[in-house]
Amino acid sequence: MTYVADVLALTRKDLRVELRGRDTLPAMLLFVLSTLVVFHFAIPDDAGDNAAYGLLWVAIVFTALLGLARAWVPEQEHGVLDGLVLAPCDRSAIWLGKTLATLVFLLAAQAVALPAFVLFFEPLDATAIAGVLLADIGICAVGSLLSAMAAASRARELLLPLLVLPLSIPLIVGGVGAAVSPDGERFLLFLVLYDAVFAVLSWASFEYVVTE
Amino acid sequence: MIRGRGVEKRYGRKRVLRGVDISVPRGGFAVVTGPNGSGKTTLLRLLAGLALPTRGDLLVDTDRSHIGYLAHEPLVYRELTAVENLDLYGRLYRIPERRERIGMLLERFSLWDARAERVATYSRGMTQRLALCRALLHEPDLLVLDEPYSALDEDGAALLDHELESLAGQQTLVVATHDPERMAALESSRLALA
Repeated sequence: MTYVADVLALTRKDLRVELRGRDTLPAMLLFVLSTLVVFHFAIPDDAGDNAAYGLLWVAIVFTALLGLARAWVPEQEHGVLDGLVLAPCDRSAIWLGKTLATLVFLLAAQAVALPAFVLFFEPLDATAIAGVLLADIGICAVGSLLSAMAAASRARELLLPLLVLPLSIPLIVGGVGAAVSPDGERFLLFLVLYDAVFAVLSWASFEYVVTE
Repeated sequence: MIRGRGVEKRYGRKRVLRGVDISVPRGGFAVVTGPNGSGKTTLLRLLAGLALPTRGDLLVDTDRSHIGYLAHEPLVYRELTAVENLDLYGRLYRIPERRERIGMLLERFSLWDARAERVATYSRGMTQRLALCRALLHEPDLLVLDEPYSALDEDGAALLDHELESLAGQQTLVVATHDPERMAALESSRLALA
């Protein structure tokens, strides 16, 4: 129970910091909306449904990258990560708290983006929405770990996409597959498997990322 | 409490700390001195458990829940208030009656009136006082302080003098400073890094 309490305390802290600073979520909202508007005018009417689903995933992945790039900034200011690492809580709780907070931001961005997508392009069925939600979990789990790694580097803005994008390819395959394939459930299962494997790997390896 | 022999730390090819021997008994007060770049901060990070030595043996006979660390940076969130910052650390350190302890520390370091203001609005001296509150919050057995007087005004420095006097002998202290004479009456050993 103490582990869960630590995770919730850390997530609540991240949400409070964002509520005060408003550094991340407004940028994510603005980015995802403007991207969908640009795509709406950029692709021809006869481009087909599949192209639209592909563009939705471009918007989702780059919106997530925007959130992940700022994920550890509050910890970098004033060296707070050292303070958290010194605390006697399990260090993986720091990663999980950050993952949950980033997931909340991404879901909030999608609460606006998905209705906008339906308005501009195509309707989304339950399988497609489930694919988006499962991919969100994977992006945030892996992204929070990679973002912590990149944050320690001076070239973090360059490093983060280089680390995150290759590992996001299976998520994009799964998410697009869930939306366009007649056998969408198989892709959902693939996303569940990806989430489980990479969440456990990230959870177990976070400690080694934050110690010198 | 602390025993180190031939402690060395490298970052890549750069050797930051070379063959340091250190011994501080429980309740001891060690002062670490040396010019800029001599490895004081690195040594203190090793003692706090934030880094591991590349070579040599270092034994710190307490677990990390009993270590208090004051760094160059205050290790507090700019967007949170003093109370919110200390409450977060209080939860993570599982401090019983943490609200009373937080209130007492904020009073002691003259931050009570500013307790509901965001740290981003604090002066450097106020932020340093808050950092001291954070380091002392869980009543650590081992207190590792890196340049604790930096940014403090005379009142703040006097408060810290008083705090160190009351802690000396009860808790183990390791303090890195450019002004060792200020703690000459309290120190039990001195380590000069070159």
